[in-house]
Amino acid sequence: MPINYYILLSVALFCIGIVGVLTRRNAIIIFMCIELMLNAVNLLLVAFSKMHHLKAAATNAAATAGSDGQLFVFFIMVVAAAEVSVGLAIIVMMYRNIHSVDINFLNRLKH
Amino acid sequence: MNNVLNIAYWIPLLPLIGFLINGLGRKHLSKTATGIIGSGVILGAFVLSIWVFLEVKGGNTHDAHYFDFISVGDLKIPFSFKIDQLSSLFLLIITGVGFLIHVYSTAYMHEEKSEHFSRYFAYLNLFVFSMLLLVMGGNFVIMFIGWEGVGLCSYLLIGFWFKNQEYNKAANKAFIMNRIGDLAFLIAIFWIIAKVGSVNYTDVFSAAGLAKLKAADVVIITILLFVGATGKSAQIPLYTWLPDAMAGPTPVSALIHAATMVTAGIYMIARCNVLYSLDAAEITRNIIAYTGLATALLAASIALKQNDIKKVLAYSTVSQLGFMFLALGCGAYTAAVFHVMTHAFFKALLFLGSGSVIHAMGGDQDIRNMGGLSKKLKITYITFLIGCIAIAGIPPFSGFFSKDAILLSAYLKSPVLYGIALFAALLTAFYMFRLLFLTFTGKFRGTHDQEHHLHESPAAMTIPLIILAVLSVIGGFVGIPAVFAEGGDKLGAFLSPVIAAAHGEAHHVTHSTEYMLMGLSTALVLIMIVFAWFRFRNYQRSEATGLGKVLENKWYVDELYDKIFVQPLHRFGGFLKNIIENKVVDGMVNAVGKGVNYGSRQLRLLQSGQVGNYVLLMVLGIIVLLAIQFFIRK
Amino acid sequence: MGMTEILFGFLTVLAIFSSLMMVTSKNPVYSVLWLIVTFFAVSGHYILLNAQFLAIVNIIVYAGAIMVLFLFVIMLMNLNKETEPQKNRWIKMAGAVAGGCLMLVLVAALKDAGGKDDQAQVVAGDIGLIKNLGKELFTTYVVPFEISSILFLSAMVGAVVIGKKE
Repeated sequence: MPINYYILLSVALFCIGIVGVLTRRNAIIIFMCIELMLNAVNLLLVAFSKMHHLKAAATNAAATAGSDGQLFVFFIMVVAAAEVSVGLAIIVMMYRNIHSVDINFLNRLKH
Repeated sequence: MNNVLNIAYWIPLLPLIGFLINGLGRKHLSKTATGIIGSGVILGAFVLSIWVFLEVKGGNTHDAHYFDFISVGDLKIPFSFKIDQLSSLFLLIITGVGFLIHVYSTAYMHEEKSEHFSRYFAYLNLFVFSMLLLVMGGNFVIMFIGWEGVGLCSYLLIGFWFKNQEYNKAANKAFIMNRIGDLAFLIAIFWIIAKVGSVNYTDVFSAAGLAKLKAADVVIITILLFVGATGKSAQIPLYTWLPDAMAGPTPVSALIHAATMVTAGIYMIARCNVLYSLDAAEITRNIIAYTGLATALLAASIALKQNDIKKVLAYSTVSQLGFMFLALGCGAYTAAVFHVMTHAFFKALLFLGSGSVIHAMGGDQDIRNMGGLSKKLKITYITFLIGCIAIAGIPPFSGFFSKDAILLSAYLKSPVLYGIALFAALLTAFYMFRLLFLTFTGKFRGTHDQEHHLHESPAAMTIPLIILAVLSVIGGFVGIPAVFAEGGDKLGAFLSPVIAAAHGEAHHVTHSTEYMLMGLSTALVLIMIVFAWFRFRNYQRSEATGLGKVLENKWYVDELYDKIFVQPLHRFGGFLKNIIENKVVDGMVNAVGKGVNYGSRQLRLLQSGQVGNYVLLMVLGIIVLLAIQFFIRK
Repeated sequence: MGMTEILFGFLTVLAIFSSLMMVTSKNPVYSVLWLIVTFFAVSGHYILLNAQFLAIVNIIVYAGAIMVLFLFVIMLMNLNKETEPQKNRWIKMAGAVAGGCLMLVLVAALKDAGGKDDQAQVVAGDIGLIKNLGKELFTTYVVPFEISSILFLSAMVGAVVIGKKE
């Protein structure tokens, strides 16, 4: 499968995530869009890892080249899980304080 | 060479010291002390000048080099003095006449407050210093320093009574008109530096220096120098400041505007005679000759109808300067310098005489209010008469010889020039005697109070008058033309080392022609005087009409200048002020301020504190960066 | 067009469509559900690339744990269509245009990045198997692996501290 297909797919998913972040006001949806962007990157990493492996295997059948990319994806998932736990905790706290998850109320940066 | 030439620097230094003492101590010095210091330093300078003159006459000239005034790269401008025949002669005139005028001033200015009295003498001393610097300077730059110095002092002294706004305006006019000429002089100096690489007279006028100048350079430099001279020496078109300069005290008029400063232009051109004698400068010589002639004629015609005693003399000065330039243009440098000298005597005499009259009249300068003063002011009358005869050019008075030399040089150039110059000379005789008759003969036409007030001036004023009168009588004998006595032209012989051989001066005409020309001019002048006598013996006040009115209003030249230069400049200035300054420049400045203000107001809205907006901007930034990265840097 | 191409096309369309639905849904609960669909589609891609370990982890961690967490939070807050805050139309437009521009730029920049030879190995290849990845993870990447456990611990502590009342 040509790598360009994966690139285009990942770019599309990533940009959909961006659009979501830009157009929505609900903090949770924005958070989910970020997860979507992370996934887009993960997908591309895996695709590249397989491309890399294909090229290495052409010269050496027992090569393990490309496993790095997949392990990075694994670590990204680890970090994402940690991030989600803390992020959701923050959102819950925010909801408790202002009874809303509308990021337009988060305009304290102005002051 | 251990002689007086080595201490020649004391000549300008003494007046400078006098200026410093009088200027700094003006609040503490008594009038007597000021007068003694002020006159004393000039006397000292005069004595030194005589000494120097005798040395130079003995054949010693001196180029004194003191220190490098300006040193830039290859260009070295030394502070140096050049003492030769020409400068030593001018030294004598300046310090001699200057000293007499200082003495005269001690009496004339006696009614001033002691502070202003000191100020006056400080200015006079500074003026003499500047003039000496101008004359003694060994290069164009030193001359320029003196040149500017006399301009400054002229400004200060014309505006001496600075509480009168009119006088201030006259001072401004003199200064600004002079500046126009000075600019041309300055450009000429730059041109010389650019072409020759030195400003020393010895370098520029040497064969090597002249070889570096192309014909066009010579023309440009000489014309620029001449424009500079027209400013200082009051020639067309920059002459109008001189009559207005009569706002200053009368001795100042005598010193600056008759005897010394206005001759600076003559001196400069005489000094540069090597340049002006080049074949390439033919066109410049013609310009000078015709300008001088036109000035002589125009000023003489204006002087016919002036009623202010000093204005008449002022226009007469302009006219006589015109004669000098005519001589310069004809290549007769000696004649011009000769006329400078005799003119210094009789014009200073006339001005000081008029000062004496004004003193007697209690400040009134209108000759229509005078008349019959000869009975009360005997010495003034006699000396004034001698001055008039001298300026009119009746032999054997000094003016005859110098004016005759000029007329002769004009005749050699072209008989037409001679005819016009002679006509101007006749006008000179006419207006001078009109002045004399209106002032001193007939019945007194002033008020009763003035008639009682009439008195002869004190000795401090009459003695300089007498000395100047004597000089006016005998001053011409240094330059007796060869037709009367072989070798009588002592002045010409004296100046010959510094004056380039004039273009066949004098000896191309036969003696009979020369006699005829002299006889003609003398006879016509006498006729003019008689005519003036009948015309003005019993003067009746009347309104001038026709040409007389035009002359009385000085050909409306001031009005013309006002229309051509001043008002357009005013309008241009108004335009700049109202439109450019207020609308464009201020508008631009205000627009920047308002733009920043408005822009920051709008930019402030970006800082909404909304996280979403920040993210949006961040994305936009990423887009721009990526676009640059991938599309432009490729 | 073989089976892999059909699968690839199907999964791609599904992923893009569901992610679009996720972004445009008014109701947050629907958004979560659409996102889960997207994750499944991505996992399908992983399987297609023969990255079985990541596919399963993706489903377990993302579609399972994380999305359930999201769902819980949304339901806890009782967010629904009516209370969903909406941005004003121009800001939405600007966001969409900005995202479109970014995509345009990225596509334009990357369209020539991969040549004909740059093929991603599909279906075949065994580096994505648990055996290989586990070997790598516990040899070369053992230190980051251990450190990530500390990250989890601190995230846990942080979540508890932040989530505590008062």
